[in-house]
Amino acid sequence: MSALNQNELRIIGFLCNWCSYGGADTAGVGRFSQPTDLRIIRVPCSGRINPLFIGRALLNGADGVLVSGCHPRDCHYAEGNFYARRRLEMFQRLLSTMGIDPKRFEYTWVSASEGQRWQTVVTKFTEQIHELGPAPRFGAFQDQNPVVETKC
Amino acid sequence: MKIGVFVCHCGSNIAGTVDTARVAKAAMEFPEVTFASDTMYACSEPGQDAIVEAIREKGLDGVVVASCTPRMHEPTFRRTVERAGLNRYMFEMANIREHVSWIGKDMEANTNKAIDLTRIAAEKLRRNQPLHPKQFEINKRVLVVGGGVAGIQAALDCADGDREVVLVEKSSTIGGKMAKLDKTFPTVDCSSCILGPKMVDVAQHPKITLYAMSEVEEIGGYVGNFEVKIRKKPAYVNWDLCTGCGLCMEKCPAKKSTDYFNERLGKTTAINIPFPQAIPKKAVIDPDFCRKFTKGKCDVCAKLCPTKAVDFEQQEEFVTEQVGAIVAATGYDVFDISKYGEYGGGRLPDVITSLQYERLLSASGPTGGHVKRPSDGREPKTVVFVQCVGSRDKSVGRPYCSGFCCMYTAKQAILTKDHIPDSDSYVFYMDIRAPGKMYDEFTRRAMEEYGTQYVRGRVSMIYPKGDKYVVRGADTLLGTQVEMEADLVVLAAGAEAAVGAPQLAEKLRISYDTYGFYMESHPKLRPVETNTAGVYLAGACQGPKDIPASVAQGSAAASKVLAMFAKDKLENDPVISMVDINRCIGCGKCIQVCPFGAVKEVDFRGQPKAEVIETVCQGCGICTATCPQGAIQLSHFTDNQILAEVNALCQP
Repeated sequence: MSALNQNELRIIGFLCNWCSYGGADTAGVGRFSQPTDLRIIRVPCSGRINPLFIGRALLNGADGVLVSGCHPRDCHYAEGNFYARRRLEMFQRLLSTMGIDPKRFEYTWVSASEGQRWQTVVTKFTEQIHELGPAPRFGAFQDQNPVVETKC
Repeated sequence: MKIGVFVCHCGSNIAGTVDTARVAKAAMEFPEVTFASDTMYACSEPGQDAIVEAIREKGLDGVVVASCTPRMHEPTFRRTVERAGLNRYMFEMANIREHVSWIGKDMEANTNKAIDLTRIAAEKLRRNQPLHPKQFEINKRVLVVGGGVAGIQAALDCADGDREVVLVEKSSTIGGKMAKLDKTFPTVDCSSCILGPKMVDVAQHPKITLYAMSEVEEIGGYVGNFEVKIRKKPAYVNWDLCTGCGLCMEKCPAKKSTDYFNERLGKTTAINIPFPQAIPKKAVIDPDFCRKFTKGKCDVCAKLCPTKAVDFEQQEEFVTEQVGAIVAATGYDVFDISKYGEYGGGRLPDVITSLQYERLLSASGPTGGHVKRPSDGREPKTVVFVQCVGSRDKSVGRPYCSGFCCMYTAKQAILTKDHIPDSDSYVFYMDIRAPGKMYDEFTRRAMEEYGTQYVRGRVSMIYPKGDKYVVRGADTLLGTQVEMEADLVVLAAGAEAAVGAPQLAEKLRISYDTYGFYMESHPKLRPVETNTAGVYLAGACQGPKDIPASVAQGSAAASKVLAMFAKDKLENDPVISMVDINRCIGCGKCIQVCPFGAVKEVDFRGQPKAEVIETVCQGCGICTATCPQGAIQLSHFTDNQILAEVNALCQP
């Protein structure tokens, strides 16, 4: 976390390309100012998000993870967000057993037209993470479980 | 691998709040980055040339551009790197404008964030593979959903371009809302006289197949190869036999059926042809009112019909059509005025919608073009128009402007004076919105030449007094409360998304906004495309529009379809899933979850394995997240790539 500002916490966002990434773009175009903590990773669909990504982020020092997809029934891929909802709902319940405060993870739905809503989502989530403060560090998770790169 | 990083200033859009030179300097420290620079406008011709030059001179095999959103310029820069001889997928973008410079003013925080986003783009790029699209054949037929003026225009233009068109209309005739209008602004031209010939053209065009009384049931497939299941609703009349003579209407005893075409003003017969210019001009039975259906007896129409077309046993039918492109032109519906309880819409008989008034003005309407009050048939001497009923009002969930109400209200005021020369018209308005050729002049004519009184202010309530109605409101220019007695009140009901629009959007896999209007691909530069390849928009389904705008969009959508059909083959997006056959255990979970049926089971040396049908896969990656083995991976968004991005951001 070399580039991290003193006042910022590490928040990762996984956004689907068609709705929420577009919504975040709309927020930008509309100059809806937001806290700067969030770093966004673009995925094609919320259904592409493997809970592993979120777990890895939280165990490796992220203070919060936000996932956003298309509103249910409005998925570009017809039903991807339904799979995401099941997976993420289940994953959220598992977080406390991993020793992670479930409040550090949230998933929501923002459409490409909802720039203002995106501003609210980001602001509220960032505030929530700041209230929780920096996440306790888990030590060298990476060393015990080295990332094995597989050729795909 | 040698990676080049280009950090765009975008004039002051990015450089104003991000230290782009520092971002470029920091990028030099990233693994495998061998070149980094900041550039004024990366998307400009010199900007792109600099990228091409750097690739050639420095021998780069991957490029990161940190600039605007990839939803904007990713295709631009992919072409740029391709021009320099790289595979177009050896390119990544970091969004440091919409997601950084435009949403915060803190230079330090923004620069740090921009460095982070550039870092994750570079980390992902290190794991990118060259991808190559496959070509596939396309079906050069087009489906147009909705037979209003936008759909008619799109259908005719495509058919004139020598393509076969399938036009689906849910009601028994095409024409849409325009067919219900009496006159059009600002020319006061007769609406059905200008629309009628176009409707006839649709009926007679050899390239157009029209399905009226039909709805889209299911849509499968993808651009170039859609399969559409159409549900033909029963008309209880065999349209192959019906000649549209109208004899059945004259003798039908069920004369108190709801007249939907006339916006429920007056009554009609249970078997009916909605209006004289209807296309197709075929009779339809309303089973809610037909005595054969309600009471079980009455065969008057069946006995009278010279061609024996009446068929009480008719069932709905399904037909399947193969098309390569789809134009959605489902239009709008009128706001439900009963939501304003204080105006008495739906409760007071002489408080009507503007579309109902349009039917009262029309010679083919329930009163034969004589303006009469629905309550007692008396000619109104004072008509009050209330604008913005269901427009620009957050309290009813309609904060947007419907755009055309100011104009049709001016038109209706002019027509009122024409019909009843000794009448007075008053218009309550918020602002007069008349942008368009001859539009403002037209509203001025309504005021100056036809003496319409415009009162700037909202109406607070409407209540009956004797056989008149008191309209109470504010005149904000005089700063007083006003009350006037009216014989007839016309509420300029706003436009809202058509009933069923979201459901159709889900079948088309396109997005819609909070109000149900369909989302275009880009609000300025791609107004008729959607984010789903092969699906286009025309008319008011995308947002309220007047006739010229709808027609223009209909033509625009048709030109997009024809441009696509100019090619014999299309290229698929190679961002699709791939199966690692060694890791696949043949569990079939990917087959179950794929929304497109793009994964099939194959036999590999006696073992079941998954295989992706390359032209069908849409690249969502649901299978990748589902596979317990990590065997099926979405190329360009593999687990390793996304984890690399996560790791770049989170290091313990």
